[in-house]
Amino acid sequence: MQLDPLILSRFQFAWVIAFHILMPAFTVGLGSYIALLEGMHFVTKREIYFRISAFWTKIFAVAFGMGVVSGIVMPFQFGTNWSRYADTTANVLSPLFAYEGLTAFFLEAAFLGVLLFGRQLVPRWAHFVSALMVALGTLFSSFWILAANSWMQTPAGYHIIDGRFFPVDWMHIIFNPSFPYRLAHTVTAFYISTALVVISVAAYLIRKNKSSEEARIMLSMTFWLLTLLVPLQVVLGDMHGLNTLQYQPAKLAAIEAHWESESRAPLILFALPDSKREANRAVIEIPLLGSLILTHDVNGEVPGLKHWPRDQRAPVAIPFFSFRLMVGIGFIMMLLITISVWLRSRRRLYNTPWFLRISQLSAPLGFIGILAGWTTTEVGRQPWTVYGLLRTADSVTPSLTGMNVIFSLAGYMTVYLLIFPVGLFLMARMIRNGVAQSVDTIAPVEGGQHRSPISTLGEEPS
Amino acid sequence: MMIDFVPLWTLLLAAAVFFYVLLDGFDLGVGILYGLAPERNARDLIMNSIAPVWDGNETWLVFGGLGLLAAFPLAFAIILPAVYFPILIMLLALAFRGVAFEFRNRNKEHASFWDHAFCFGSLIATFAQGIILGAYIQGFKVDGRHFEGSAFDCFTWFSLFTGIALIFGYSLLGAGWLILKTEGDLQDAARRHGRWCFIAVIVAICIVSLWTPLNDLDIAQRWFSWPNVIYLSPIPLVTIAIAFFEWRALNNLSETGPFIGAIGLFLISYCGIIISLFPMIIPHHFTLWQAASAPETQTFLLVGTMFLLPVIFMYSGWSYWVFRGKVRADVGYH
Ligand code: HDD
Ligand code: HEM
Ligand code: HEM
Repeated sequence: MQLDPLILSRFQFAWVIAFHILMPAFTVGLGSYIALLEGMHFVTKREIYFRISAFWTKIFAVAFGMGVVSGIVMPFQFGTNWSRYADTTANVLSPLFAYEGLTAFFLEAAFLGVLLFGRQLVPRWAHFVSALMVALGTLFSSFWILAANSWMQTPAGYHIIDGRFFPVDWMHIIFNPSFPYRLAHTVTAFYISTALVVISVAAYLIRKNKSSEEARIMLSMTFWLLTLLVPLQVVLGDMHGLNTLQYQPAKLAAIEAHWESESRAPLILFALPDSKREANRAVIEIPLLGSLILTHDVNGEVPGLKHWPRDQRAPVAIPFFSFRLMVGIGFIMMLLITISVWLRSRRRLYNTPWFLRISQLSAPLGFIGILAGWTTTEVGRQPWTVYGLLRTADSVTPSLTGMNVIFSLAGYMTVYLLIFPVGLFLMARMIRNGVAQSVDTIAPVEGGQHRSPISTLGEEPS
Repeated sequence: MMIDFVPLWTLLLAAAVFFYVLLDGFDLGVGILYGLAPERNARDLIMNSIAPVWDGNETWLVFGGLGLLAAFPLAFAIILPAVYFPILIMLLALAFRGVAFEFRNRNKEHASFWDHAFCFGSLIATFAQGIILGAYIQGFKVDGRHFEGSAFDCFTWFSLFTGIALIFGYSLLGAGWLILKTEGDLQDAARRHGRWCFIAVIVAICIVSLWTPLNDLDIAQRWFSWPNVIYLSPIPLVTIAIAFFEWRALNNLSETGPFIGAIGLFLISYCGIIISLFPMIIPHHFTLWQAASAPETQTFLLVGTMFLLPVIFMYSGWSYWVFRGKVRADVGYH
């Protein structure tokens, strides 16, 4: 069998970005959480917030490091494996990527050093500001990268000359039709995922009777946050779906496994989509609900895949199942917060063993939801990299051979399978040590570095 | 009417790449010298001397890459496939050394594994960057708007040589940084290593200066035709002057001199390369203007860049200033 550089490059891209996204998902949320805690410490002067913040900051450092090294890989992929995509879209997309670097990466990097190592070297407000800047940086980063991705989903504000994209209106390019929904839905997903990790850790600490005072604060704060965000996320998801129906109907048809265009369409709960026969097997469906959810009208017309020629359809099974996985997770989360509200009203949030146990197990939920959601989005966009305009097959680097990509893929697989599990293990170990210990070791670390009298570049250029 | 921003972008990008070489250069060089440090305490110090700043330094790599994509997308689309493997190796090595900062101190049982990851990661990433440089100077096979050769074309004797040369170059910068940031035995060791690296760097500069024109008629023409020979004669003279300065700084008690001298050597070599290639961005095939992105793109990005770069310099400078002074063992990772 001939090794196909296209398939392999796609797999490689999915591999590196799926790992990368997990880190921002966590650091975006945690960055904001740390900034919040530092702020609360700064305002109330209560030491307990400082302890919680110091605990999470050390974990943040490990996750951030992995986010950075897996992130640096990303822009280079555009050139090495997707050089024709780079050449074709650069006029439109490259400034968005570059602005991500300018507004986000430099900001995070410069203030991260101060956040991690500078507590005793700068005034308290400056340390708080550093935490804020790091959090802000992660959000800017999400803004730009999601603008770029959304443009690939729902291109706007461009014209095409000789097969290449040229910008016409930057506002339309950045605020393209799917961008507001994707930004809101994804950042909310980041916050939810991080909140579940915090909850899981807090539940663990309470169960093991370690640092339980801190753990109760964490548990309570984050469950309030989730009570707000999870219902919001379901609403945002619904709006996102409406947007997809409008701008990427072929993707939506694949997500819903609808073959025929019809009004009064059912909602398919489960099915085995069969692309060869262009039909589903083993269908479980609810009549009318499909039209109702997707168009908010029982008589609404829902598109079917047969409307498009075969070579313009996305694979059906992957988006169909990954979408159901994501939505299923959304409903599990709804259940979780409903129980938490009920327990809280009976003042049993902190001492219901089975609930603490369930909370502890919920840490991976958000991340699985994110991967499932992105798989839906990206596979549903196929066979295009820029929806309806640039085919994935026309994006790949022409000079690549299958062998080249096998080597690089093997490299990324080996290294990521070493680095990510080790990172996870180390974070888990820091959590097991509990809050108090992390503060003990952090204090001496930050003893004033610069009392030493020797002159340096900064003080006395010679 | 559109103003031609290509010269400005050329300048900006050239500056960004130089900043990267300088900043990550010293930080990779410190990583390489780390492997020569005898015992744990010294290693702690060496690592702490760059722990708060390495991420910011590496960000210039991202910005250099993205700046190339934004200003000269055609060059990006041709160069990256051509150096597919050196890029891959560089990225994997950078990943190892990047996580080593945290992992080494959180994973004490395997500290020596992560010590090696840090040192060899730095070494290999540097070597790969040197190969990219060498391959770039030699030029690529191009068909239309695409690279057309094989992914292995970039491995030549010349590029392997520039790979090794860059290892000594970065180590010289790293030694300069360590002389600045440490004292006592550690500083003496840095001076010693710095002197060896210096000798290697000077030899490498001489060899490359002969090898490139011998291999490439255009470059020979550029340097040795009349009257260029006169106009360009300051370059070798200045190089010699900087070399003297650097050698003296490494041998006397100057703490800032070695770092500044190393920067000077890099700057002058960099100017040499630019003179050899200008105005081509893909040697022999595309000029800067032919590879440039749409004027609208360059303008849109320029507006923000002009405003943001000074801000970036301010806060990055502040963060260096917070961590000024000599490193001590009890600061940083513990
Ligand atoms: C914690 C994670 C999480 C949860 C619980 C949900 N989502 Fe989601 N979803 C994402 C995380 C996510 C995501 C990873 O952030 C995606 C991928 C791309 C994007 O814009 O957001 C996404 C994409 C995504 C899309 C694809 C849009 C497109 O690309 O065209 C739709 C239609 C929905 N979501 C709808 C929902 C609904 C109706 C949910 C509620 C039950 C839901 N999501 C819960
Ligand atoms: C927001 C930034 C993102 C950009 C710019 C982006 C861009 C791309 C590009 C260029 C490709 C390769 C061409 C293709 O196969 O379509 C791709 C494919 C893919 N991406 Fe994304 N992507 C982004 C986010 C993500 C995330 C966060 C995930 C998470 C898992 C993801 C998952 C995938 C998958 C699974 C594919 C392969 C799809 C297939 O080939 O069937 N992407 N994306
Ligand atoms: C193809 C797509 C992507 C590219 C080219 C890319 C590029 C990068 C790079 C180079 C870094 C390291 C920056 C540094 O040196 O500090 C990074 C980190 C980051 N990325 Fe991505 N990325 C991609 C996808 C995404 C997605 C989908 C998101 C979020 C929606 C995201 C959000 C972030 C954030 C918040 C950080 C900083 C936090 C951290 O490093 O953990 N990126 N990215």
